[in-house]
Amino acid sequence: MDFDLTDEQRLLRDSVDRLLADTYTFEKRKGYSAEPEGWSRALWSRYAELGILGLPFAEEHGGFGGGGIETMLVMEAFGRALAVEPYLTSVVLSGTALRLAGNAALQSELLPQIAQGKLTVAFAHGERQARYDLSDVLTTAKRKGGGWVIDGAKSVVTHGDSAGKLIVSARIGGERDDAAGIALFLVDAQANGVARRAYRLRDGMGAAEISLSGVEVGRDALLSEAGAAYPIIERVAEAGIAATAAEAVGAMETMQKMTLEYLKTRQQFGKPIGENQALQHRATEMFVALEQGRSLAMLAAMMVDEPDAAERQRNIAMVKAGVGQAARFVSQNAVQLHGGIGMTEEYAVGHYFRRCMVIEHSFGDTGYHLSRLAEQVA
Amino acid sequence: MDLRFSAEELAFREELRGFIRDNLPDDIREKLQLGHKIEKPDLVRWQRILNKKGWAAFNWPKEWGGPGWTPIQRMMFLEEIQTFPAPEVNPFNVTMLGPVLIQFGSDEQKQRFLPRAANLDDWWCQGFSEPGAGSDLAALKTAARREGDHYIVNGQKIWTSTAHMADWCFCLVRTNPQAAKKQEGISFLLIDMKTPGITVRPIISIDGEHHLNEVFFDDVKVPVDMRVYEENKGWDVAKFLLGNERTGIARIGKSKERINFSKQKAKEMRAHGKPLSQDPEFRRRIAALETELKSLEITQLRVLSAQKANERRQDPLTAVLKLKGTELLQATTELAMDVAGPLAMPDWADELEALSNEPELGPVWATEATRGYLFLRAASIYGGTNEIMKNIVSKGVLGL
Ligand SMILES: Cc1cc2nc3c(=O)[nH]c(=O)nc-3n(C[C@H](O)[C@H](O)[C@H](O)COP(=O)(O)OP(=O)(O)OC[C@H]3O[C@@H](n4cnc5c(N)ncnc54)[C@H](O)[C@@H]3O)c2cc1C
Repeated sequence: MDFDLTDEQRLLRDSVDRLLADTYTFEKRKGYSAEPEGWSRALWSRYAELGILGLPFAEEHGGFGGGGIETMLVMEAFGRALAVEPYLTSVVLSGTALRLAGNAALQSELLPQIAQGKLTVAFAHGERQARYDLSDVLTTAKRKGGGWVIDGAKSVVTHGDSAGKLIVSARIGGERDDAAGIALFLVDAQANGVARRAYRLRDGMGAAEISLSGVEVGRDALLSEAGAAYPIIERVAEAGIAATAAEAVGAMETMQKMTLEYLKTRQQFGKPIGENQALQHRATEMFVALEQGRSLAMLAAMMVDEPDAAERQRNIAMVKAGVGQAARFVSQNAVQLHGGIGMTEEYAVGHYFRRCMVIEHSFGDTGYHLSRLAEQVA
Repeated sequence: MDLRFSAEELAFREELRGFIRDNLPDDIREKLQLGHKIEKPDLVRWQRILNKKGWAAFNWPKEWGGPGWTPIQRMMFLEEIQTFPAPEVNPFNVTMLGPVLIQFGSDEQKQRFLPRAANLDDWWCQGFSEPGAGSDLAALKTAARREGDHYIVNGQKIWTSTAHMADWCFCLVRTNPQAAKKQEGISFLLIDMKTPGITVRPIISIDGEHHLNEVFFDDVKVPVDMRVYEENKGWDVAKFLLGNERTGIARIGKSKERINFSKQKAKEMRAHGKPLSQDPEFRRRIAALETELKSLEITQLRVLSAQKANERRQDPLTAVLKLKGTELLQATTELAMDVAGPLAMPDWADELEALSNEPELGPVWATEATRGYLFLRAASIYGGTNEIMKNIVSKGVLGL
């Protein structure tokens, strides 16, 4: 057993932190958010230079062959800084799908482009009716000539508004919840029949509703066939849970830090509010939640590549439920202990609060995973 | 002990229900049922309908344009309004200013302001908090210097809800900076928001909306007869106002409405291949919330039955209503948001109109449920934070 980072991992964390310290003040973040796509292409290039856009990819694809721990370190740093770039969707989610689907041609075409920052890919899987059910796919793909025609709609596709390509799940067989009938396709975001409606999520991130009507793709666009695709979709969601657990921990860290600072400086009744034992205890409870959350983020990082599927899924479900509860507690109390100022758009705490709220509603919320775990209680 | 309402009380509740059903304008009803936002003109329209019936100032005596109801009747009114759901009456006008003027105001002030407040001809806002005076409200600094028949007001208020749509503001100001105790130098003024020297600056809150403001006073002239009660006795008025939220403080009806709404929507949403409404974890959560809400309902009835109409004694149980009521309000709005699942994430309320060929956004109820959750994080902050309430209970009630 070992919870220490290797020298390389420490170096990675420090260099990401250093870059973000320079580039991610709260004021600068507002600037990135105000850009048309809601994030900064210039900063994205700097991530590419740092090598983190290829972090989990094989060296032959321009990557570093990093694993769950490396992704955790980067995501934690992004959480602390509240970064708005499409790292989660492009590198973690789509990267995982491409890696696992094992379509060698698409891998060598796309992964280097992602690693170099030239291409972002969104994972367009969720549908309006599905809520969190991964197998609830109504979008269809039908054979035409040598290729496919895709029809349907994808909902709340994070960073789907700015992505160059989309990984789209579509049903080539079976009924609504039939996992075995789902396949994965690569679709150009500019293709005929793709319509995207861009908007922002509560945390300021870009997203899109995407409709696909008669979208024709070639034979080579089939990323993963029916039967093989669903386990990959599950792995993508698990990778998303692991990554956002780390991001939430980073966000909790910053909220905790800001709150402690505020408790020491804000004066009411002639003394710092932090001198009230009630608030000292609350801050302690926040600390407990944060550290419990951190343990789970570490668990996720070590579990995300676990080959035993049942073991992996059970642990990841616990991570999602536990981090969700921790993040809710920490973020709600961070707002509460700031009083009125915590409720405002111009103060950073509320933005971290909303990032945690969005994370909680991604890949199944606390209740969803608790109910899954409850069913498995032996 | 008997939990049943009397036949008259039950008949009264039927009358309330019938009136709301028959008189709430269809467009407003529809907006609320769909979970859409309500705007100022809707609020004004509905409050005037209620006022015509004599119900808008639901907690005022008959003499001043209220219905003269018993505490139980007031509670029923709020509950019916909230669960229907219909818009609530303006709290600044009705629950805050009205009782203050009735108790402390001059006859002139009562005659001039009460009918207009009930009819929402004037929209009032509350200028208490300042940057340095939140929980420690008595530390407020906004100064009112006497010059002949006027006060000259200088200073700043913050967190002033709806100041940007208000016609008038009731304010706490410092009239005696030399007073031995900081509570003793404060006065309660009524300030016309159109007076020169007032600047209102918006504060956007985490729900993306403009409710809050900063209000700056720069040599603002306020006639002395706009002072309520005696000079330097404003703290008594403020304490009365803050402690006066007895009826309805718990907003049990609103929490019930959020639970009902969640149950309805959960039938349309799903979890693990079935309707969310059948998910055991979801049902357990509802059951737990309903249990807590039931106990709070009974607590509220205990408070009300101990209270004779118009008797003003602080019941320590009102603290339970405030603490548990706000917690449940927050828990139930959280529930409504969670029902929406991933649809809780988008902020698309302002961009629902699609151009042709564009994918539709929505549903609106989901984005509004999140907005409600975000805004009501403030329910444990405004009107005095829950931590301060607990301090008051541990000292004043528990003797610690
Ligand atoms: C949405 C919203 C609407 C509002 N509307 C109005 C309005 O219309 N008019 C108006 O005048 N004001 C309004 N307020 C202001 C509100 O009354 C204050 O925010 C509140 O009193 C807290 O003051 P503060 O924000 O300065 O926080 P602070 O007093 O600085 O408190 C910060 C934190 O410290 C805690 N704390 C402070 N002192 C103690 C203590 N002794 N023991 C334990 N904990 C303590 C508080 O509970 C809080 O968690 C509104 C606020 C909000 C958020």
